[in-house]
Amino acid sequence: MSVIGNTALRFDDEQAMLLDYARSFCADKGLAEARLHLESEQAHDVSLWQEIVAMGWTGIGLPESAGGAGLGIGAAVPVLESMGRVLMGTPLMSSLLAVQLLVRADATAAAAILQSIAAGEVATVAQLEASGWASSEVTAQLDENGRVQGHKRMVMDAAQARWLVVTLDHEQAALAVIDTQSLAADAIRPRQLIDLTHRAADVLLEDVEPALVITGDGVPGALRDYTLLGALLVAAESTGAAAAALDTIIDYLKTRKQFDKLIGSYQALKHPAVDILNNVDSSRSFIYHAATLVGDGVLGRDQEIACRMAKAQATETLKFAGDRAVQFHGGMGFSWECDAQLFIRRAQWAQQQFGDAQHHRKYLADLLLNS
Amino acid sequence: MNAAVKELEEFRREVSAWLEANKPGDPGFLLPQSFMEVGTEQQVDFLREWQHKVWNAGYLGMAWPKQYGGQGVDAAYQSIADQEMRRHGVPICFNVIGLGWAGPLINDIGTDEEKSRYLKGILSAEDIWCQGFSEPDHGSDLGNARTRASRDGDSWVINGTKIWTTLGNYAKYMILLARTNPEAERKYDGLSFFLAPMDAEGIETRPIRKLTGEYGFTETFFTDARIPADCLMGAEGQGWKIAMQTLQYERGAEAGAAGGLAFVRIVIDDLVEQLRDVPRGDAGVLDDPVMRDELVRLIMEEKAIALGDRRSGISALTSDYPLSLPLSNKLRWTEYTRRMRQFAINAQGADGALYVGDDRAPAGGFWQRAYLNSFSATIGGGTSQIQANIIAEHVLGLPK
Ligand SMILES: Cc1cc2nc3c(=O)[nH]c(=O)nc-3n(C[C@H](O)[C@H](O)[C@H](O)COP(=O)(O)OP(=O)(O)OC[C@H]3O[C@@H](n4cnc5c(N)ncnc54)[C@H](O)[C@@H]3O)c2cc1C
Repeated sequence: MSVIGNTALRFDDEQAMLLDYARSFCADKGLAEARLHLESEQAHDVSLWQEIVAMGWTGIGLPESAGGAGLGIGAAVPVLESMGRVLMGTPLMSSLLAVQLLVRADATAAAAILQSIAAGEVATVAQLEASGWASSEVTAQLDENGRVQGHKRMVMDAAQARWLVVTLDHEQAALAVIDTQSLAADAIRPRQLIDLTHRAADVLLEDVEPALVITGDGVPGALRDYTLLGALLVAAESTGAAAAALDTIIDYLKTRKQFDKLIGSYQALKHPAVDILNNVDSSRSFIYHAATLVGDGVLGRDQEIACRMAKAQATETLKFAGDRAVQFHGGMGFSWECDAQLFIRRAQWAQQQFGDAQHHRKYLADLLLNS
Repeated sequence: MNAAVKELEEFRREVSAWLEANKPGDPGFLLPQSFMEVGTEQQVDFLREWQHKVWNAGYLGMAWPKQYGGQGVDAAYQSIADQEMRRHGVPICFNVIGLGWAGPLINDIGTDEEKSRYLKGILSAEDIWCQGFSEPDHGSDLGNARTRASRDGDSWVINGTKIWTTLGNYAKYMILLARTNPEAERKYDGLSFFLAPMDAEGIETRPIRKLTGEYGFTETFFTDARIPADCLMGAEGQGWKIAMQTLQYERGAEAGAAGGLAFVRIVIDDLVEQLRDVPRGDAGVLDDPVMRDELVRLIMEEKAIALGDRRSGISALTSDYPLSLPLSNKLRWTEYTRRMRQFAINAQGADGALYVGDDRAPAGGFWQRAYLNSFSATIGGGTSQIQANIIAEHVLGLPK
């Protein structure tokens, strides 16, 4: 069997329309929108979130059986790629991933919560406890009174979330959904992220009464699929951001002159720009390949390979593109005002989410090379 | 399955059966992996016979017009025949400069006269073609080529030197770029394009030894060589435009090739297979975490190119830079291939330092030779650096 394996990549007219729509919606907001909120508590306007909900994006990936529009989670790829282009910092990714985890663990039990997420209540998964994604350590648990006790780190969009989906150490694994309205005032502690367009917080859970507990056989598989889909969605966002970083570079190379020449005529800048282009092309191919394969069902080997490759490629691409964007702007690149800094900051955040490139390549080696 | 698909599937079975029955056995000498590696009479005779056989069976030039030796059918048939040839691991169709570049060019812009004179011989392998673009002093800077063609009655008189002429000593015809007007205001406007007979008096070839120690290209000298006036293709002064069109076929950015295998594709699966039994320390090389990581990177690179081929057919997913995938293909594939072969030797351990001819050389020195040969594609057809310039300027719109 070939190690290249599945190379399916399809994109139908409906998806093309969604991409087109998302691209122009995000382009209208522009990077300026993200810049407005760099130093504020929320990374976006309330009205922007309302627009996103109104467009139905919070219902992506919710199966028809659970009241969704029947657009598979693959449809989130064009949307998040488009948002990544303008570093739009909304909790959409958090909500979509919380939906995936719940649907895959027990859609029936979570039906009411799923409805409310689709209607715009923000949800996020509180999973990480260790210092990185390579560890699956979970100590949070239900005590004998059925209350949640634990400490979760770097929970994306926790401060804005209505629902926290908390992973628990319970039999083979369990989930508790917590209504943040029932938390103590200081339970959610925002962290200072390097990426100013995203928000995350640590969450201290002491004697919290869960709104819902999901146990059973479905949970471990759901958790595994959730981390793979998380990797894919971060890859989609990163691909958009890398394409935008390339645009920023190209604009400058075409306008800035030194030694009486446009700096874009220097091969020391030109050839790395081509490398970035080729890497962005690879990222796009990987994310849309993965989007083609992932569906509502349990993710299989091909899907796992696709999601891991997408992540391993896309955040490395963004790191490279952002890094060169700063360098190729000279002194301007060192300024707050230049957009290049936004991209390297985003890159450093994105590479950690759901595991870095080395982490995924390690798993890929097992998938591809073990005989 | 609709009728057309069914017919194609049937055709696939037919080609497959034919290849099964006609695949040549081991000739007992080294078979070239690409047309740029053909360097002995023995190889030429063998490959000429094979190509003739493939054409005779109707599996070459299928989309070319019937009256010129083709089949006049949809290109989908040829593409299936090519896939099957690859799958069956048969030898290459080595007349690549004819099949892949000169042929499509003649098909697209040639006169009826040129088509009837040249196309059939290209397909049947009776007429081998070579390309006379590069000169000793002008390779990447092809626009400054100096080889002179002056009109004298009903002939052109050619003077100058071409170099790195693949198949130069076996070819019957050459696609030749020469300067007809040294005074032209723009250097490009002074160039013209010729379909030149190599047996003309005054043309001499001197084989050049390659980095592998083998032969495969020549230096080609023109000393008052006279070729008939009607060898000029297109109009005088159009040479640059036509040469650029030829390079589009060569780099795979433009369709029209007659088909057949131009080279044996060496892919990552070949490497992984080869490494299965190679030891490293106390375990296998495939157990070593660092080597595994390198391999995964290479696998991803090859897969990204394969996925790019899929994506390039979807306009909604290529709207940023529509030319990016087709124009980057040569650069990406050839550079990837070079590094992959380099890594293969790296992974072989001490025996990796052995070469073809040594009885301990892993896989008979296949990877060592393949690595040396990989530069034919990163230099020939426009170097990787020139490719990067082209992508920067024509895809990203950066200034010259
Ligand atoms: C195996 C093989 C087969 C070939 N077959 C043929 C054939 O059949 N017919 C034919 O006409 N030619 C053939 N060639 C020649 C080939 O097209 C030239 O070698 C190639 O175009 C480079 O030209 P050059 O050798 O003069 O190198 P140069 O142009 O002198 O290049 C030397 C170095 O400088 C770099 N360089 C040059 N210009 C630039 C620039 N503007 N920007 C950045 N870097 C630059 C190059 O990338 C290269 O690394 C063949 C070559 C090989 C290796």
